[in-house]
Amino acid sequence: MKITPQEVSHVADLARLHMSQEEIDAMAKQLDDILTYVAKLNELDTGSIVPTTHAISIVNAFREDEVKLSLEREKTLANAPQQNSESFVVPKVI
Amino acid sequence: MSFYRLTIHELREMLATGKVSAVELTRDVLARIEKVEDKVKAYITLDPEGAIEQAEAADKVIKTGTGGELCGIPLSIKDVLCTEGMRTTCGSRMLENFVPPYDATAIAKLKQAGAVLLGKVSMDEFAMGSTSENCAFGPPRNPWNTEYICGGSSGGSAASVAADECIASLGTDTGGSIRQPASHCGVVGMKPTYGRVSRYGLVAFASSLDQIGPLTKDVTDCALMMNVLSGYDAKDSTSVQQRVPDFTKALKEGLRGIKIGIPKEYFIKGLDPEVEKAVQHSINVLRDAGAETVEVSLPHNDYCVAVYYLVAPAEASSNLARYDGVRYGFRDKDSETLLDMYKNSRSKGFGDEVKRRIIIGTYALSSGYYDAYYKKASQVRTQITADFKKVFEVCDVLASPVTPTPAWKLGEKIDDPLSVYLSDILTISANLAGIPGISVPCGFSGAGLPIGLQIQGAHFQEEKLLTVAYNLEQRLHISHLRTENL
Repeated sequence: MKITPQEVSHVADLARLHMSQEEIDAMAKQLDDILTYVAKLNELDTGSIVPTTHAISIVNAFREDEVKLSLEREKTLANAPQQNSESFVVPKVI
Repeated sequence: MSFYRLTIHELREMLATGKVSAVELTRDVLARIEKVEDKVKAYITLDPEGAIEQAEAADKVIKTGTGGELCGIPLSIKDVLCTEGMRTTCGSRMLENFVPPYDATAIAKLKQAGAVLLGKVSMDEFAMGSTSENCAFGPPRNPWNTEYICGGSSGGSAASVAADECIASLGTDTGGSIRQPASHCGVVGMKPTYGRVSRYGLVAFASSLDQIGPLTKDVTDCALMMNVLSGYDAKDSTSVQQRVPDFTKALKEGLRGIKIGIPKEYFIKGLDPEVEKAVQHSINVLRDAGAETVEVSLPHNDYCVAVYYLVAPAEASSNLARYDGVRYGFRDKDSETLLDMYKNSRSKGFGDEVKRRIIIGTYALSSGYYDAYYKKASQVRTQITADFKKVFEVCDVLASPVTPTPAWKLGEKIDDPLSVYLSDILTISANLAGIPGISVPCGFSGAGLPIGLQIQGAHFQEEKLLTVAYNLEQRLHISHLRTENL
């Protein structure tokens, strides 16, 4: 096995996903198939090859640091599940 | 007369000469939607009143002779592009009620060109999938046979064009998501070069691979849409400052002087004989048009699926971390602590395929596995890109199938994600290398399902793709064919 249900459970926790034992077991099997397949990359010697991070070679995208209008607060809060006209409201943290 | 059946270029002419008004045209397309939508199920959100208002505005502008390039043309939009004031769901429960406060740049450009936006069309949740079955609101159907998938993830875009439920559509392509559904539905679909079209306002799946592009009824319409969509945008730091040509100039007769590479690795074991036959016939047709062909090799293509299904989920797991139930999107209201709220909101808001990819991506990026998976995949990505660079030294474009098989039946592969991933093997490399690709109709299977030819080129060589696709279209005469099944 490339990945165990325990590992899936740990990774789910890192990704802030809650999964039932049944879901974890099913996911572990599917992930195992997928990870077994991607292991074919090990057939290739990639020793000193530079990894690609951008599909197109743009060196940098500088712009002037200018103040511009951003979204108004009302619009920004419009899609919030809970808000008080000033802020996003979440369950008590402290 | 059925205006809904016509193309952008035909309708532009008719609108300009007063043979049809934008309102008449829009009403005609809305009536068509009313008639066939029950069977096709392409739309998630339809805005008939808004469409008529936009058409009325377009008619006023047309009268003054100052209309933009798409003035009065009714379009559908993949539901992954932000449209100000119009719900944008990404095919997910997570964004079921999300109404964007601004337009994506591509949408702003369409509006500026005078297009009439009919509504938002179906897709795999967050663009993750190849069948559109991962849509939280039910899958769209293939208009040629509604028991079959229309492909994905831009399935609603392809289905709505093929069913004449719009004149053209906007989709996105992260691993084939424009080209593959275009192929399955018998329409033209182009994935432009990475950086050619601004991604600002496109809900991110895999940022180094995502690209917006058109799905149209023919190659001429594809060129017209590309003229409107292309160009640098300061709001997308990966958009490229590159001259935008008039793409319609590439629509010219004859292929003398064009060298077409036939990548032998694309004619894989498992390639459906009917697909192979249609593609080989197309290649002969292109030769008759004056093109020279040469066999070429992309030795690392066999690794593209493995690379993609590490790189794309890794980027997705990072991009989708923003859905935490705080600022927008679904929130589980019963959770009492912040951590429970994050977990429950995400677990209830996301579907299975999205969760699967978040888990793969998080795993591939996690401590101890990063080198073995993400870094390794990114190195092989470099090799795949180098293969393309090499072949484009000896040929102008590549011709190949788009998909190994025609569309399959809905539900047929739903429990076997790996087999669906493997069906992307002919389209994924273009995204990894950032090169442009187009799917153009080239035939039908015995069961009457469309087959597409893929043409790929070097960075910013969309014009060559259009020239070759146009010549094929002019000689095959099948782009205008529409199903009579609806």
